[in-house]
Amino acid sequence: MSQAGNPPRPPTTPGAPPPRPSALDRAVAGATDTDRAIRDRIKAYPGTTTYIDLIRKNRRASTLLIVLMLGLGAAVGAAIAAALALYATGDSASLLPSVAVGVVAALIFGGFGVLWSWFGGANAILRMSGAIPIGPQDDPELYNVVDEMRIAAGLPMPRVYIINDSALNAFATGRDPEHGVVAITRGLREKLPRDELQAVIAHEIAHIRHLDIRFSMLMATMVGLIVFACDAFLRVAFRGGAHGARRSSGGKGGGAGVLVLLVIALVLAIVAPLFARIIQMAYSRQREYLADAGAVELTRNPEAMANALRRLGDDEEPLVDTANRGTAHMYIVNPLRKVRKAHGEVETLFCSHPAISKRIARLLALLR
Amino acid sequence: MGWIVLLAAAGLFLIVLLWFVAMYNTLVRQRVDCDNGWSQIDVQLKRRYDLIPNLVETVKGYAAHEKGTLEAVIQARQQAVSVASDGAHAAEKALAENAITQALGRLFALSEAYPQLKADTNFRQLQEELASTENKVGFARQHYNDCVGRYETTRQTFPTNIVAGTFAFKPREYFRVEASAEREAPKVSFSS
Repeated sequence: MSQAGNPPRPPTTPGAPPPRPSALDRAVAGATDTDRAIRDRIKAYPGTTTYIDLIRKNRRASTLLIVLMLGLGAAVGAAIAAALALYATGDSASLLPSVAVGVVAALIFGGFGVLWSWFGGANAILRMSGAIPIGPQDDPELYNVVDEMRIAAGLPMPRVYIINDSALNAFATGRDPEHGVVAITRGLREKLPRDELQAVIAHEIAHIRHLDIRFSMLMATMVGLIVFACDAFLRVAFRGGAHGARRSSGGKGGGAGVLVLLVIALVLAIVAPLFARIIQMAYSRQREYLADAGAVELTRNPEAMANALRRLGDDEEPLVDTANRGTAHMYIVNPLRKVRKAHGEVETLFCSHPAISKRIARLLALLR
Repeated sequence: MGWIVLLAAAGLFLIVLLWFVAMYNTLVRQRVDCDNGWSQIDVQLKRRYDLIPNLVETVKGYAAHEKGTLEAVIQARQQAVSVASDGAHAAEKALAENAITQALGRLFALSEAYPQLKADTNFRQLQEELASTENKVGFARQHYNDCVGRYETTRQTFPTNIVAGTFAFKPREYFRVEASAEREAPKVSFSS
């Protein structure tokens, strides 16, 4: 891709704070554990890494995770249907058709769930966060920065919202670029110099451009359905368990097979929700990396993105009033302080965001 | 037997046809993206032309005697407006735009000497608008070049190059910053 016609670095905000420690300087010479972690992680990337490589890598990972999730949903549907069929008839002849019915039912329910979340869910977060829409007159600089970034992405102008909160955070929503929304907290708006503001907005625009809101809703809906199906199955299984065992032992043979299948279904029903959650969170982390890389594609300035993340990571104020577990994955950094304190540097399978030091390391790897 | 062969041949033909249609549509879509990207650059340039007279008027109110600098801006603008903005004049246009950037840079540098001017809300707004418009021009170019990059990759790689050749999809040029002048443009700091 040509670098011709690169935009000049944006001028700094009038009255911007004096020189700040840059993420790069800190990664080279910093003495805290985070700085050391960043230094070590940068070394893991080949020196020729570009944002295009990062984007490709993320796309592959995301596709794999969606396929995994679909597979899990189908497996749960099949196992439950098979177990129910056996349980009801005690006859293994009905096994195959019931598996097919289970898979189809799972896919149909999944489809409906997606449609429902498609038209309903996108703007729920806006209502919950109490964000206020603003126009070009209210904050010309912010509006201009959003305009610049959406021009770089070739998207229509998203609506711009301000969340009246002193915590540092931002999110994007909208089911497609035509309904895009970018929201930023007042605290972040006031604290960032222009180039970092641009990086944060570029991250949100990248979410809109990659249709992340759509896909994360899809994932959330599928997780919800899997949890619901497993929960319902477990309730039925445990309440009617004794009755079913009597009946199957009196059935026409295959008693052991039926029992094994029931056990498999039960185990799956217990583990599947956990797996679903793990896949969903892995997907969410991949999308954060992707949006970071996508932001660099727009600004061509990895350092500003790294600086902004550093600033966001150093901030400890939570967004408790406006964010909760259901919407946490939509923000640029995890808005729940307890979670961030616990997982700030130790990333677990259930984190919606990668450790900030990992994100910064990926960005700074681009600068070598 | 003959039926099966016939059916297979028809199926194969259909697949190839659908593939051809898909490739063709991809090419058209990417070409439209390029055109659209190009017009986005124009939109931003036009916006800059519109802002300049306002700026000149505002500055005149505080520093009317800085005629040379003001006239340089006006002239650079007129020069740029007179150059047609199509692919054929891209280099010429880039030069004219660079001249505006430089003239504006001098104007803003000069404003440092006029505290009252710098305190003027109108002036500050125009300064923000012009600085941002400058960025927008740059990002619109970047987007255009990205579109051209995608289009050219599709057009030149196998197997789409067959479709592109058949329907004579023309190559597109990147928007290059021709003159070294732009790279050496004086760094203007708007920080107060």
